[in-house]
Amino acid sequence: MTGTLRRIAAKGGPFIGLILVIALFSAPAETRGYFLTYHNFKIIFTQSVIVSIGALGMTMIIVSGAIDLSVGSTVALTGVAAALLIQHGWGAAPATLAAVALGGAIGLLNGAAVAGLRMPSFIITLGMLGIARGTAKWLADNQTVNYDASPVNGWMTTANPSGHALPAGVWLALALAVATSVLLKKTVFGRHIFALGSNEAAARLCGIPTVRLQVMVFALAGCFFGLSGLLQLSRLRLGDPTVAVGLELDIIAAVIIGGASLNGGSGTVLGSIIGALIMAVLRNGSQQMGWPNYFQEIIIGVVIIAAVFLDRFRRGGRA
Amino acid sequence: MTGPRLRLVGIRKAFGATQALASVSLEVAAGEVHALVGENGAGKSTLLKILSGVHEPDAGRMELEGRTYSPARPSDARALGVGMIYQEVTLAPHLSVRENILLGAESSRLGWIDARASRRRAQEALAVLGYDHFPLERATGEFTIAEQQVIEIARALLLKPRVLIMDEPTSSLTKSDTERLFGVIGRLRAQGVSIIYVSHFLEEFLRIGDRYTVLKDGETVGVGSMGEATVDRLVALMTGRPVSDLYPRSERSLGEPVLEARGLGRSPRLRPTSLTLRNGEIFGLAGLIGAGRTDLARALFGLDRADTGTVAVFGRPEASPSPRGSWARGLGFLSENRKEEGLMLNLSVRDNITMTKAGAFGRLGWISHTRQSAASRRWVGDLAIKCRDSDQGVGQLSGGNQQKVALARLLEHPARILILDEPTRGIDVGSKAQIYEIIGRLAAAGKSVILVSSYLPELLGLCDTIGVMHRGELVAVRPRGEWSEPELLRHAVGRE
Repeated sequence: MTGTLRRIAAKGGPFIGLILVIALFSAPAETRGYFLTYHNFKIIFTQSVIVSIGALGMTMIIVSGAIDLSVGSTVALTGVAAALLIQHGWGAAPATLAAVALGGAIGLLNGAAVAGLRMPSFIITLGMLGIARGTAKWLADNQTVNYDASPVNGWMTTANPSGHALPAGVWLALALAVATSVLLKKTVFGRHIFALGSNEAAARLCGIPTVRLQVMVFALAGCFFGLSGLLQLSRLRLGDPTVAVGLELDIIAAVIIGGASLNGGSGTVLGSIIGALIMAVLRNGSQQMGWPNYFQEIIIGVVIIAAVFLDRFRRGGRA
Repeated sequence: MTGPRLRLVGIRKAFGATQALASVSLEVAAGEVHALVGENGAGKSTLLKILSGVHEPDAGRMELEGRTYSPARPSDARALGVGMIYQEVTLAPHLSVRENILLGAESSRLGWIDARASRRRAQEALAVLGYDHFPLERATGEFTIAEQQVIEIARALLLKPRVLIMDEPTSSLTKSDTERLFGVIGRLRAQGVSIIYVSHFLEEFLRIGDRYTVLKDGETVGVGSMGEATVDRLVALMTGRPVSDLYPRSERSLGEPVLEARGLGRSPRLRPTSLTLRNGEIFGLAGLIGAGRTDLARALFGLDRADTGTVAVFGRPEASPSPRGSWARGLGFLSENRKEEGLMLNLSVRDNITMTKAGAFGRLGWISHTRQSAASRRWVGDLAIKCRDSDQGVGQLSGGNQQKVALARLLEHPARILILDEPTRGIDVGSKAQIYEIIGRLAAAGKSVILVSSYLPELLGLCDTIGVMHRGELVAVRPRGEWSEPELLRHAVGRE
């Protein structure tokens, strides 16, 4: 049955893409020796954590038919805020919770404005992009926020960098991915997100509280973005209000490469994670090939367009 | 017999200065199919929205089984036992059949979906409709419109409604799907469900309706038993005047061929097809949905590229017509999909009418609004388009008036050959009569028309020649006089 084949292709598409980019960098003489090693993949996984966790939140938002452009700014703001708290003597756990809560609060504002004011999410979050970035710079007094050592610093590295253990951040991303996937597939809340993005009018007619649902989606996604902000802090070991500019575009690209539709109603956690990995592999491989930065950017741009084109092609005759 | 299942008395509703409902009363008995009849603008939609909890009435009383009925939102109406099937499909295309049927009423434990219970409930709802083996886990978007409607009815039945409202359920169904729907309605009635049925096809009411209520200008103007009703009587009540003939015959004579298709095909939906359209001719294309009528119309105009064959317009053959070339050669096309392909709903009447030849209204790329307005005003008057002025957004007009704007665009162009795909779908009887009159007038003035329609009386009433399509093939072409409704149907279903 061609339908079955197509369904397999539709599910496996991003995965095939990931295999392809890995194969691409495994072949050349410059990278052959190192690229396919466990140690290199440990680096790739670690490098993809921030985008991956962001992509979990973004998957929910895009499936619901919305978009969030304020992620990079939210990451900077939550990172700066956590750095300031640590500077003031807060422990790692309370500072993390504070970053997640702040991210959630920003998402709540976004969602309330989108659903309550009936404004396009593109506009609201474009505004929030500026608001959050400005607030981060204001809080940080336009400079980096330094603090003495904190356990937070260890979450994106391992005690023995050449050892086999993966850093805590990777395990965290994996656990959250499983949880989000179950949430989207098996719970009423998750299925209602799909209904909202697939046909909002239908969802409302069926008595789904669409306004509350949209706000909750943004708030929950915001928590993920806050966590990304904290992990960004962990990676830099300081709070930088100018970090993660344009991060939202990487995250959106990961979700789209993973097979979600910008029109809402479709998207999977697994696809989005694979999308994030494809981008991390491309970055890592390009660096090892010694390609300049601008070349990496061009390649990633081409990959986004090719992925969406192939996706539509794969889905066949239906427009 | 006890009291009626649903009783509405003196319902009033105003939107701003517009009094949508002035005084509506309605009584529906248990287990009856009640036809709600009225032209567009008569207040049917408003009444349905009040019944289904979208709007609240300004005044009046509503009772469901003797108790006050006042839903604040659609989910209230659903919970109280009033289900609604909307005219447009309101399913989430990405979700599965099961999920759509249970949307908003999921079987769950602490937020977790109970897949087994969900499947059972969805299956039960479909079984009531006589569909026992529906693939529950497939995405709804993969089904045909008719199948989607079944899914939608199953959703409405899930909460065991006592009143089911159906708004234009057959407007996008083929004849055979309509028959199946009538079967479903019969089943529901036998189970004691009261059905409020809204349609523009008056013949349908006579077949399945028990009683009727006619609305005109927001008031109930007639109530009666369907057994004593006729189409003429209903039309007279709706319009307030007797309609002697819905299909005016214009004086016209057929001339030279103006459009000749030879072996035009586009696999897999259109097999090589030939047809000839003459000057002043109205050529009807009948057939079931999916028989290739729209594919033929689109290939003739060049909207979809044909794999084989040629189209000659005024004697000049063209192997691969394009929409732009077709406009230039005097062809005009009216899509069956008025809202998505026909009109730019958020643009003004004026912009829509002058869209295809905006260049002619200015110099060096600048458009002269004065000249555009003058042209549109002419058509607003000529076709009796009801709008505030030509600046008004097309989206704010009624369906019939939107269709007239779409026609005006073809006439303004000016097109000499009009390809009209379902020009009267979803518009009220009064507007239909006006569109028929316009089409007749155009043919009399020497224009040629290809009319695709699923409504057989319309084809028989209007066309000079009718061709029937079946499975991508034009199986029979005859002068109108040699066709009858059963004859057309036999060819359409492939049993000639």
